[in-house]
Amino acid sequence: MPWLPWYGEMKQVLSWTEFLAARGSSILSATGEHLLLSLGAVLLGTLIAVPLGILLARHEQVASVVLGISGTIQTIPSLAFFGFVLPFLGIGVVPAMTVLFLYSILPILRNTYTGIREVSPAYLEAGVGMGMNRRQLLTWIQFPLAFPVIMSGIRVSTVYIISWATLSALIGAGGLGDPILAGIHTYDAKLIIAGALPAAMLALLASWSLGLVERAVTPRGLRQR
Amino acid sequence: MDRVLALSWQHLSLSVIGVALAAAGGIPLGILLTRYRWLAKPVMAATEVIQTIPSLAMLALLMMLFGLGDTTLVVSLFLYSLLPIVRNTYTGLLGVEPGLLEAGKGMGMTRSQLIWLVQVPIALPVILAGLRVALVTAIGIATIGVLIGAGGLGTLIWRGIQTRNNTMVLMGAVPAALLAILTDAGLALLEQALVPRGLKKKAVSAL
Repeated sequence: MPWLPWYGEMKQVLSWTEFLAARGSSILSATGEHLLLSLGAVLLGTLIAVPLGILLARHEQVASVVLGISGTIQTIPSLAFFGFVLPFLGIGVVPAMTVLFLYSILPILRNTYTGIREVSPAYLEAGVGMGMNRRQLLTWIQFPLAFPVIMSGIRVSTVYIISWATLSALIGAGGLGDPILAGIHTYDAKLIIAGALPAAMLALLASWSLGLVERAVTPRGLRQR
Repeated sequence: MDRVLALSWQHLSLSVIGVALAAAGGIPLGILLTRYRWLAKPVMAATEVIQTIPSLAMLALLMMLFGLGDTTLVVSLFLYSLLPIVRNTYTGLLGVEPGLLEAGKGMGMTRSQLIWLVQVPIALPVILAGLRVALVTAIGIATIGVLIGAGGLGTLIWRGIQTRNNTMVLMGAVPAALLAILTDAGLALLEQALVPRGLKKKAVSAL
């Protein structure tokens, strides 16, 4: 009935609804996989990098070596990295999460290290004056003051990982890369958008919400932006 | 072996072209932003949004506009390089000590002279740091260009993955990694070398 007004548009809407009805659940599960992969990697990364950063804050020479190594790891192109672990870990979730985990370490590690070290010595002296031992200094002064910077590192890391998790579809780990790649292969715009849009939105959402957390934990006296 | 070299060269050229285009647009933009401060916030926000979009998603979306092939890759590299370059240019130029600007003004410099003779030379390490980050990221993204029909070392990696040929994967992955690492190190050295003698402080990376 091409004489109907907005016929073309209605057809578009219908084809999208068809598409979503058919593919909707698989897109949802891909999104879930993607989230699990990314958040899992970042969580692991945080669990390792934060304590490591705190430890390194006390040993400057070791710190520069470790930071140098993780910096170099960061520079390696993701596909290359996936390629490196393939012979050892095969395909699937394990190699994907390993690579993502390794990528998540540097931003968090560097920010933890810098954050702890940049706590003003005046505060530390005040703490020592109050009779704190080293562990108390860490718990009550250094860590709370460094927390905003650490949070910033976690935010950068999360967005970064969500972005690169799209590639894990290449080695069979699922995620939103699957519809994107399928769309590229079949030159199907709907599939591409169905994968690309949620991926972009996940990244933007993470960036925005973790940004809010960051600002919320920054003591009012230190708020800069 | 020649194949690897040819692909490496292609990989590098694509990345460099993308970053160069972004620099050609981004550095003047950064300079402009210091003059019209009110523009800074929206521009930074826009480039940040671009940056946050996952590269595969961006490549796929651009592919629908520009088709398969190298062009799409270069366009996306251009877009992704904007943030580091613009932000570092802007921050670097603003980070020049006000005292030096006043000295320049006292010598009778016009605003353009101030920018080109004082601010840019001093901000050069920071700007270069931005270029470095942009180029290394570009090399990384160019690796997945193969998925939309572009060239580069990604082709070896990808084909190796598909045919379960680990040697081929490594023949692509190792040069790609080396390319990135060496570019990073090389540009870092350049950064240090370009700091004016009077200002030998550690080059700051704004990222």
